[in-house]
Amino acid sequence: MSDPLRQAEPPVAMSTWTDRLWDAVTAGEEYAAADTAIAALDDGMDIEDLLLEVIAPLQARVGREWAANRMTVAQEHTATAVNERLIAAVAHHPAVRERRDERAADRLGRITVACIDGEWHALPARIVAEVLRLRGWHVDYLGAQVPTPHLIGHLHRTGPSLVALSSSIATRLPAAHAAIIACQATGTPVLVGGAAYGPAGRYASLLGADGWAGDARIAADRLAEAPLPPPSPPRQAIDDLPHLADQEYTHITRTATQLVRHVLGRLPSHVPVMVDYTDRQRRHTAEDIAHIVDFLATALYLDDPDLFTGFLTWTAGILSARNVPAHSLLPALELLSEQLADYPRATDMLTRAHTAITRPSPRTIEAGMSGGRLL
Amino acid sequence: MDVTPAVNGSQDVLDPVARPVPYAALSVDASGVIVRLNDAARVLFGAAPGVLLGGVAPGWLVAAHESLAGHCPDGEAGSCPVGGAALDGAFRGSIGERVFEARPMLEGEESAGPVSTTWWVIDITEQDRLMRELEVERERTALLAEASSRLMASLNLERCMEVTVRLAARHLADAAVVIAPRNGRVHPVAYCGPDGQVDHRELRIDLTEVPGLAEAMQGFLPVPSRWIDPSAAPEWIARGQMREPGAMVVTALPGHGTAAGALVLLRRARQEAFSGDEEVFARLFAARAGAAMSAARMYAEQAAITRTLMSELLPPRTNELDGVELSARYRPAGDGELVGGDFYDLYPADAADPDGESLVVLGDVCGKGLEAAVLTGKIRNTLRALLPMAGDHQHVLELLNQTMLYADTTRFVTLVLASIRRRGTGVRLKLTSAGHAAPLIVRTDGKVEMAGTKGSLIGVLDDIVSTTATVALEPGDTCLLYTDGITEAIGGPLGSEMFGDERLRVELGQCGGMPPEALVERVHMLAAEWVGSSRHDDMATVAITAPRRSRLSAVDGHGPDGTPHRDSGRFLA
Repeated sequence: MSDPLRQAEPPVAMSTWTDRLWDAVTAGEEYAAADTAIAALDDGMDIEDLLLEVIAPLQARVGREWAANRMTVAQEHTATAVNERLIAAVAHHPAVRERRDERAADRLGRITVACIDGEWHALPARIVAEVLRLRGWHVDYLGAQVPTPHLIGHLHRTGPSLVALSSSIATRLPAAHAAIIACQATGTPVLVGGAAYGPAGRYASLLGADGWAGDARIAADRLAEAPLPPPSPPRQAIDDLPHLADQEYTHITRTATQLVRHVLGRLPSHVPVMVDYTDRQRRHTAEDIAHIVDFLATALYLDDPDLFTGFLTWTAGILSARNVPAHSLLPALELLSEQLADYPRATDMLTRAHTAITRPSPRTIEAGMSGGRLL
Repeated sequence: MDVTPAVNGSQDVLDPVARPVPYAALSVDASGVIVRLNDAARVLFGAAPGVLLGGVAPGWLVAAHESLAGHCPDGEAGSCPVGGAALDGAFRGSIGERVFEARPMLEGEESAGPVSTTWWVIDITEQDRLMRELEVERERTALLAEASSRLMASLNLERCMEVTVRLAARHLADAAVVIAPRNGRVHPVAYCGPDGQVDHRELRIDLTEVPGLAEAMQGFLPVPSRWIDPSAAPEWIARGQMREPGAMVVTALPGHGTAAGALVLLRRARQEAFSGDEEVFARLFAARAGAAMSAARMYAEQAAITRTLMSELLPPRTNELDGVELSARYRPAGDGELVGGDFYDLYPADAADPDGESLVVLGDVCGKGLEAAVLTGKIRNTLRALLPMAGDHQHVLELLNQTMLYADTTRFVTLVLASIRRRGTGVRLKLTSAGHAAPLIVRTDGKVEMAGTKGSLIGVLDDIVSTTATVALEPGDTCLLYTDGITEAIGGPLGSEMFGDERLRVELGQCGGMPPEALVERVHMLAAEWVGSSRHDDMATVAITAPRRSRLSAVDGHGPDGTPHRDSGRFLA
């Protein structure tokens, strides 16, 4: 980066920086990654652009590469860790410090940023925390996997004007709902964001959040306009989601392990190759069935069949990337339907998902599941 | 109302059914002439048959009649707008000081000639008053319910003050001020004006400036508002458009034994003053606000005490230790807890000693929760005192064992000691287990080895034995110390399986070359997903990694000497 001709060159496009960082991040080369990020800032890149246009897409690409089976779990975790270190490193760049110090004088107020319990994807929340700091807010960043009692204790102690909760995993939305209600009960408005809230944040208002933001910059812009109004008086989950009264979500959540056992026990008679599975392969299959049940429960919680269908078609894609025919999912859905015959919403969701997977390319199940891995 | 007996014969009165009824009834034809009326109507209107309704009845009734007979051919009661007085087919208005409701009954066919209307006129003064009172009571109940649910949900003083002034300004007055007891030299003050915006300030104020305030802050009975001169209110109370309030009430916010502060209510000039009834209600409201503010204050005090006492017990922050990358993670058994029976600690090498080693300890005290945590604190302190001998693990463990045997406790502890020394690009570890799971070494290529160390647990036997293992970490290799909360986690997709040593080793086989924080996060994530929402034990892990190349000090942006460090665009130490 010490090329004297660099000054004369046109500014390097964002995607070029992303490509440069990509190699370093996926190789776990944090030094090279830090060098590149610092060079981008030295080159005059805005810190918000670096966070939102370079690092965030990089993280999204990590997820896509994993889904496409071009990256191992270890590589995924390593890349995420390097990204986290990168954000910490650039926060100390002189230009960034200067900006933060300038805006700190605005004394905008205090904001808590956290991921709920069971949510391990901290990076989006971390970026939100950094951007809000850059905009002059006093941010308490609590990180990933924050048990709700700790979060509420923090709100009582610090009384922030807002809490921002990030969720990436859809199956944690019921827990996110409980956290939203608990935060609002303390009188603190809740802004939510993250992939779990669906396209255009469709689940955010369903779960009674006081605001939703597509990314950190939108969140910061929204808060710069006006404070979120104080939340509505304390309520319970069923006030937002009256369909929970049919107990389908409760039933499936409470009997989840029995459902998984049942499906796992019957599956070999539908998928002959399973008879010869090793313990390890059977365990993987069990984990995958548990995941399907988890998503079904979440779809029932939100009363959104599309969530379940979307998950299964995505799963089918993942399977195809790992040379497992998507049709191997069908017997599991059928066995679940048998067990849940008395639950009309669940049955409807299973039928829809079944139809969606059957539709594309019909192939036989006999091809088997490589490594016992559905997912 | 008195009903005088009929004056005339039965000729010009209504039919016998209507006659003794205590409600006024009168029949009026389409041209507005009263055809017949009963005794009560005679008394009420002072009228006789044959006179025009317009001559004796109030305007609202005349208009109602015209709307039915004249302007509304279909004659549907109440279908014509009559100055908004129509209500479910009835019309309302006052006669003298009392309130009446008039209900029309249409008689005769429209096509068969002029329609006459019989009006029943009923005195609803009392009912009206009761309805109004009920309305007020309902509003107050709703306000108290809202105040209670909002106030009880918060344990933050500022938030409680905010809820109190906002509700008070909206429902009890035009503006409200809450003054909390002095905190140092200042009083926290919250103000909400007619616009509903809440303003928090910390003010150095003289309580005696405001009539009744000093008394209220001491919890004395309130000074009646009629004794308070609102023009005496200082600027910090009478602000903006409320600069010249018309009325002011000062109420104590009763706390737990002591006053939790005071509530000042303000009304605009030209508004009604506060009635005695309103002042009583303001006290009911203040009782709830005061209780909530007291609870919030007590919570803040207790939380501060807990944090102070807890700070020694919390696991230390980890990042790196003497040139070795280090990451640790702790998850107590209870979601509401911060500490438990698992612990770890780091002791950096003595900088003056060229042969100095840093020491990492991870252990597990039998038991859970705060009691176990207190013992972990004692063990950590004891180990700190034994640091000069840290080179000899067996000796350290013997001394710790003696200390625990003497102590008045039947508890025991298992732990692992790890002495760390940089050696070239690699790291040399001396590992000793005292009744604890042996550390696992995760090589860059994914090979997982168990360190060859074992020993007695501490705090039970008079004599203990231990075997120390020496392990060399090449760049990228990691040594993982963990507690049995990870491996003994019960759950999995079938709900009742143990996570187990084997599963941990298999998973670690996928983690070769990971940075320590990623590896530790991975292990905790697997264990957390394994247990799901079921109960679990405390879980603690420490990962010690030999840096892959030159150390990255950019993680915290500081050089080795703690000063911001940056050299020609590179963050290398």
